[in-house]
Amino acid sequence: MLERIAAALRRLGRQFINAIWRLGYASRFFLLVLLRSGTSFRRFRLVVKEIYFAGVLSLIIISVSGLFVGMVLALQGYETLQKYGSAEAVGTLVALSLTRELGPVVSALLFASRAGSAMTAEIGLMKATEQISAMEMMAVDPIARVIGPRFWGGLISMPLLAAMFSAVGVFGGYLIAVVLIGVDEGAFWSQMQNAVDFRYDIVNGVIKSVVFGVAVTAIALFEGYDAPPTAEGVSHATTRTVVTSSLAILGLDFVLTAFMFRGA
Amino acid sequence: MDRTMVDLWVGIFVAIGIAALMVLALKVGNASTTFNVGETYHVSGDFDNIGGLKVRAPVKSAGVVVGRVDQITFDNERFRARVVMNIDKRYQFPKDTSASILTSGLLGEQYIGLEAGGDSENIKAGGSLKLTQSAVVLEKLIGQFLYNKAAEGDSKK
Amino acid sequence: MPPPVENLVEVRDVDFSYDVRPVLKGINMAVPRGKVVSIMGLSGCGKTTLLRLIGGSIKPSKGEVRVAGRVVHELDQDELYAMRRRMGMLFQFGALFTDMSALDNVAFQIREHTELPESMVRDLALMKLHAVGLRGAAHLMPAELSGGMARRVALARTIALDPMLIMYDEPFTGLDPIAMGVIGDLIKKLNDVLGATSIIVTHDVQESLKIVDYVYFMSDGVVVTQGTSADIRGSQAPFVHQFVWGEIDGPMPFHYPGTATGADFGVGAGHA
Repeated sequence: MLERIAAALRRLGRQFINAIWRLGYASRFFLLVLLRSGTSFRRFRLVVKEIYFAGVLSLIIISVSGLFVGMVLALQGYETLQKYGSAEAVGTLVALSLTRELGPVVSALLFASRAGSAMTAEIGLMKATEQISAMEMMAVDPIARVIGPRFWGGLISMPLLAAMFSAVGVFGGYLIAVVLIGVDEGAFWSQMQNAVDFRYDIVNGVIKSVVFGVAVTAIALFEGYDAPPTAEGVSHATTRTVVTSSLAILGLDFVLTAFMFRGA
Repeated sequence: MDRTMVDLWVGIFVAIGIAALMVLALKVGNASTTFNVGETYHVSGDFDNIGGLKVRAPVKSAGVVVGRVDQITFDNERFRARVVMNIDKRYQFPKDTSASILTSGLLGEQYIGLEAGGDSENIKAGGSLKLTQSAVVLEKLIGQFLYNKAAEGDSKK
Repeated sequence: MPPPVENLVEVRDVDFSYDVRPVLKGINMAVPRGKVVSIMGLSGCGKTTLLRLIGGSIKPSKGEVRVAGRVVHELDQDELYAMRRRMGMLFQFGALFTDMSALDNVAFQIREHTELPESMVRDLALMKLHAVGLRGAAHLMPAELSGGMARRVALARTIALDPMLIMYDEPFTGLDPIAMGVIGDLIKKLNDVLGATSIIVTHDVQESLKIVDYVYFMSDGVVVTQGTSADIRGSQAPFVHQFVWGEIDGPMPFHYPGTATGADFGVGAGHA
């Protein structure tokens, strides 16, 4: 009995130490990526290619999701607001929910599953097929050449995608509220503009999406770089990327919201 | 894969992204009318009660937004609320301008209304408004109404 | 001991272990300049580890590896990278970059390490592809190449910067006999044409014995035999004989060590 408890404790301790060890390794990795980013800027074409993979290819899913989220928000918001006779405020509701929360958060979640998982799988497979080692043997630093451009590409794409998500979402809300339900168009826009502050709501939303972009790409790249070079290892790493970055997005969102939108 | 095609698509992507940001800033948000970008000056006023006034609430005169509430503090010596407002440089007000806390609609947001006085001298940056009127507190109003009704009933007896 | 020529690579008393499992135990080796040297042994006997030590990806637990007179594990990152530019390594399955065409794969190192104009980069890469007979396949992606062709493209990429030392990690694995012969032939020719030195890690005895000058035979982390191709072919050491002639049983047992047969099958427990 005592033996069992001791074994369980040992296992727990080992897992804890492992987690700390991994955290340290991940931090060192992240620092290296930042330190060796010179290549990414000297040869910006590499970054452009990654913006294509991370950003351009996510365009469709982001805009379609944004449209639907905006439309649903308008439908639901209208249902509730019209009970209080303030159906025009539906514009405010849609715009504020999107710019502050749903735009950055939902687009980051989509980005993690669309682009993040692809990054992990790609780098994991490059490792499994010895492409990373080959690069090292050719005296080319894979962190500078492979990881860096992907990091910056993802980082640049993320806020743009979030902005598109919000803009398309507001348009979706407009379609439902004004075109379909017939809320007064002038009231819809003017109430929205009155309530949404540029510095307070929109800039904070952009800051959020930048932070999420850093988190998702860093997690995805680290998981790929750290993946055991086997088919199983890569598939686990891909799953872990989606799970870890989704949790990171939601957790960070809470922290950022608490900092940005307290009081007032 | 053709490199120039990639460049083209990335260009389109970045352009759409920036356009979306502009739409958010100008059409959805209030960057077009915001006063954070233009030059402003500070004016403060002391109120007995600010009700539900919030930082960044609009400051209006004759219904036009001329500024925003910058900060709200409590003056622990005179036990009043001190409200600092950011007013657009383009708008100057006489020294005896009065400020009152008003509500847009019955339950809407609260804002500060400025009513210009007749003094020939304008208020300086950092100056304070002497004439203020506190927010109408609904509970007090209702309490007063009920009290009056009760008093009426008493007198009718 | 190898003949008294200048040695490009020298391995002295090297020990190496992954965690606590010893992989290499007191290895001594010398690779003379201009020769093709082969390291043979069973899978998992530490051959690839040895290549990684020479390439500087890992550090020995004890001893030292010298390349061109310099101790590899004492170099800093810049010096190591400078040294690797003069080394080429062909990986087991080629390790071509799957997102680039054959031409771009070969041009990769030239683009990364030189400031040559694009047209010259292209010409140089095409020349290397021509050397392995695949100039016509320059525009193909790695997925469109057969195993043998991919290996040849990888070979062209390895020699892109005319290295002084070329390392081959199992260059014959997974190839048909014709492709094997082609690769073997190319290894020998390129070594002589480029004036390079080659190290081949392999377990394919027959193919490599045709082209190598000197052989080190490894088993279980130690060098068991060494000599020229003829020495090895004629060796009477039981282990080498089993290996060279592919005998099923011998000093290297067929059965993986485990519990006694009887215990596993539940019969005759106690006297199995």
